[in-house]
Amino acid sequence: MLLIHCPFCKNRNETEFVYGGPVGANRPDPNLVSDEEWVDYLTMVPNPMGPVYERWWHARGCDKWFIICRDTVTHEILENPSEEP
Amino acid sequence: MKNLNRLESGGRIDRSKSLSFSFNGKLYYGYEGDTLASAMLANGLHVIARSFKYHRPRGIIGSGVEDPTSLIELLGEEASGNNLCTNVKLKEGLKAKSINCWPSVDFDVGAVVQYFAKFIPAGFYYKTFKWPTWHLFEPFIRIAAGLASAPKEPPKKGHFESRNAHTDFLIIGAGPAGLLATLMAARSGAKVFLVDQNTEAGGSLLSLNLNINQKPAMAWVESTLKEIANMSNVTHLQNSTAWAYREHNLVIVNEREVENVSIIERSWRVRAKNIIIATGAIERSLVFPNNDRPGVMLASAVLTFVNRYSVKPSDNMVLFTNNDSVYSYIEDLKTAGINVLAIVDSRKHIASTVLANAQNVRVILNSIIRNVNGYKKVNSVVVQSLVDKELETISCDLLAHSGGWNPMVHLHSQSRGTVKFNDRIASFVPDQSIQNSISIGACNGTFTLNEIFNETKSLLCGVSAHSKPLVYEGKLECSKQSYSIEALWSIDLSKEKNKAFFDIQNDVTHDDIQLALTEGYSNIEHVKRYTTGGMGFDQGKTGNVNIIGMVAKEQGIGLDDVGTTTFRSPFVPVSFGSISGVREGSVVLPFRHTPITKWNLENGAFMYEAGARWRRPGYFPIEGESFQETVNRECHAVRTSVGVYDGSPLGKFELKGENVGEFLDLIYTNIISSLEPGNGRYGLMLTDDGLIFDDGVAFRIDKHRWFISTSSGHSDAVYQHMLKILAFDHPEWDVKITNITNQWNNATICGPLARKLLKKLGTDIDCDNGSFPFMTFREGHIADIPARIIRVSFTGELSFEINVSPRNMLALWERIIEDGAEFGILPVGSEASHVLRVEKGFLSLGHEVDGTVDPYDLGMAWLMSKKKIDYIGKRSVHLRRSLGRSRRELVGLLPNNPNDAIPEGAPITPDGKKVATEGFTTACVWSVVNERWVGLALLENGHIRHGEEACVRMKDKIIRAKITKPVFHDSDGILLRS
Repeated sequence: MLLIHCPFCKNRNETEFVYGGPVGANRPDPNLVSDEEWVDYLTMVPNPMGPVYERWWHARGCDKWFIICRDTVTHEILENPSEEP
Repeated sequence: MKNLNRLESGGRIDRSKSLSFSFNGKLYYGYEGDTLASAMLANGLHVIARSFKYHRPRGIIGSGVEDPTSLIELLGEEASGNNLCTNVKLKEGLKAKSINCWPSVDFDVGAVVQYFAKFIPAGFYYKTFKWPTWHLFEPFIRIAAGLASAPKEPPKKGHFESRNAHTDFLIIGAGPAGLLATLMAARSGAKVFLVDQNTEAGGSLLSLNLNINQKPAMAWVESTLKEIANMSNVTHLQNSTAWAYREHNLVIVNEREVENVSIIERSWRVRAKNIIIATGAIERSLVFPNNDRPGVMLASAVLTFVNRYSVKPSDNMVLFTNNDSVYSYIEDLKTAGINVLAIVDSRKHIASTVLANAQNVRVILNSIIRNVNGYKKVNSVVVQSLVDKELETISCDLLAHSGGWNPMVHLHSQSRGTVKFNDRIASFVPDQSIQNSISIGACNGTFTLNEIFNETKSLLCGVSAHSKPLVYEGKLECSKQSYSIEALWSIDLSKEKNKAFFDIQNDVTHDDIQLALTEGYSNIEHVKRYTTGGMGFDQGKTGNVNIIGMVAKEQGIGLDDVGTTTFRSPFVPVSFGSISGVREGSVVLPFRHTPITKWNLENGAFMYEAGARWRRPGYFPIEGESFQETVNRECHAVRTSVGVYDGSPLGKFELKGENVGEFLDLIYTNIISSLEPGNGRYGLMLTDDGLIFDDGVAFRIDKHRWFISTSSGHSDAVYQHMLKILAFDHPEWDVKITNITNQWNNATICGPLARKLLKKLGTDIDCDNGSFPFMTFREGHIADIPARIIRVSFTGELSFEINVSPRNMLALWERIIEDGAEFGILPVGSEASHVLRVEKGFLSLGHEVDGTVDPYDLGMAWLMSKKKIDYIGKRSVHLRRSLGRSRRELVGLLPNNPNDAIPEGAPITPDGKKVATEGFTTACVWSVVNERWVGLALLENGHIRHGEEACVRMKDKIIRAKITKPVFHDSDGILLRS
């Protein structure tokens, strides 16, 4: 079980969080991209063996959505969101 | 009470406390301090179990978690399925029975299986999948290969519990290494958590007679325990097994024999800065024919039973080894009065210092055990010289063997640490740690006490988690020990007729491994799955390395090249109760109730869960009524007079901020931002892949304040969806969302007389249709209760959704029922609501909206704004439609026979033939307004097939139905706007 650093509540158990998937491309303006680009945006999700940025939601906590960088091999959390007062 | 095989004195049992227990219905006695296994041996029991596949008689082989055979079922108050009797602490009145045998463990009909062994080779299951058919064998195998039955009742006393712990050092194992580590860490002032799976601390020192500082080693153990017992920074748990090493240094510990007797087992989740793994080593079996016969035991187990439990399992024994460890046991065995007839050693030479321990014992070097005679108990062994192949039979009642020692690298490996093969000890040892853990002692491949202490001191010296780095200044001088081994993965078994087991628990023989390799399953993970070697409750603790060694030998490669199979948690079987703790049933996911649950129950509601754990009334039966009659009665009330239902579970959110309009326009398909305060709109939410996510209504309160409602079952998901968009796509927007689901409850009155009832209740709101039209809301008072009334309708009738705060909900509800009596009001459950919405063709999540449909499919394209340049899902819906593929679309179904009900989910196929489906029934109800069954379905190209016939293909018949518009009542919506 991961120990996840919430910017608000600090270190909390994974069971308090909801996984929001890896961070893909930003949502493009749907009127400015080709069909292929739009489908890529929807379906091409990073899935590396190694560091990946991903979203987590502190659902059973402060409701904050945030991004961490986690190594998918070792589970080491390489980057935490900056803390909020 | 005198035990047949109990020594007069010694051991760590309390002879003053005699305990009675029963095994297979017979009464026996043991002592406080016994395990069930030691008590059985003391009573001369040797056939304990029948083997998994061949039903061969099996006895006790090990003395702890490594034992691969002695599973029993506990009965009575302690009832639980599969327990190793080497792990069960003896208690007064304990009841146990053998498993996997019929009619008894002594005479087991299933044993006939072994004569058909050649017909059930390795990979048998897989082969039957291909030919002829698995189903032919399944019933037979399911009966034959069973383990214990699970208890039928929940535990009679007590409960399970979980706890969290945070510590600087978690030390796993209270053997010599773990105890020294504990001393060092505890003295530094750090927080220490020490766990050990045994009933008492000491590890190998409990069985071996060794000295530390010229005193018995257990004296050092006791003084260490005394010191840490007085330290407030140390938590020390015995009977506690660390069974899983998870991410970020979380270890799960299962504590049994908890001091509070009302707790059956306690699960600890220990998060530690540093983890010291000192889990020791487990003796490895040797592989030779009939190495599973009762009376063939691990040498270390024999020593443990003698020294720790004061049991004499044998009068005349033979030892078989490939390493030094058994030589140091000779003196203790002799002291116990056991006649050691011979040590059969597969090595050519051994050190003279080692040999000196075996004075007056016949040592037969360069020899092996060729066979074991005796079916239910060893009566002799056949020794074979490796030089001239000469055979010699020695009569004995016990054969103890040692194939070396396997460091327990399980937890290290679970933490993703790597292992490497070490030639010196012929086994795998920890290599790289990935998490913050250090392996010390025997689990690190260090087997002699002096070396263990020196290693512990040097590996831990300077480690710090708190402030002071660890150090040990005392002196520890120990008995001299030595260890060397020559690997022997198996004796030569070519042309051998008798079975030689690599994995005794799963009955995996030499032949099975050979077959797997012959058939091309040479990767060690494949060998494991094909033969089941290393699976099961013992996970190959005594046998797995031999399989790896055998595969390496057959392929002419090193053990490092073969590698190990993955070590997975749990390290030992753990009860489901311990894993779930108190989180069972309604505790893990509590039901949600509205303030009128009590009223519902008092008024005869049949309650059940209706989405997202909401406990709701399904219907309100009165005596003598059938289910259908009840539902019809409730529906009638709504269609002809007035009904009321509790709409509190609806997801409700208040949104505030300058950008709420833009935000709602993004998440809904239609334009919401243009609403005037007091007005609302029905809307669809899509996901960005263009599929319907939720439907609901949005109302504007004032310029920057709105509220929306969502499906009850989907409100948490919608909340997550909204927050995620705001967090990542539009952090610049000023939108604040408050979940007000539980802050507003509502009673919805619906039916042609709803307005009359509202007036009777008394309100300061002008509720005439002209001033309070459909899809608006008003704030004011009803029956003197502050309320927000919303004109929405989920039944198709004139409806007022009266929202009040929870503290007023019951009062409002009771007033409605009271004042509504003259109109014939009835409370309406979710069954009737379902009928009413199907009659209107309104959507329900999980029925029509199943994550595959878009608004066009449901005939709701009119809800998709053409003016907005973007909203979530727009691009994808258009992209998908542009492909011109046929879609499953929402239609109504009128069964040709009005009394034919179509089961929900029933498939529709062209002409009812056995071909690919073209759709399915999403709902079918008895319509009170049409007095017939009506259904909804998602049907391929359904929109252009109105008037045609659909065929619902059932197992035994075809139900034909006319395809219609998906609405069966008030298709123009005049009533709901009335």
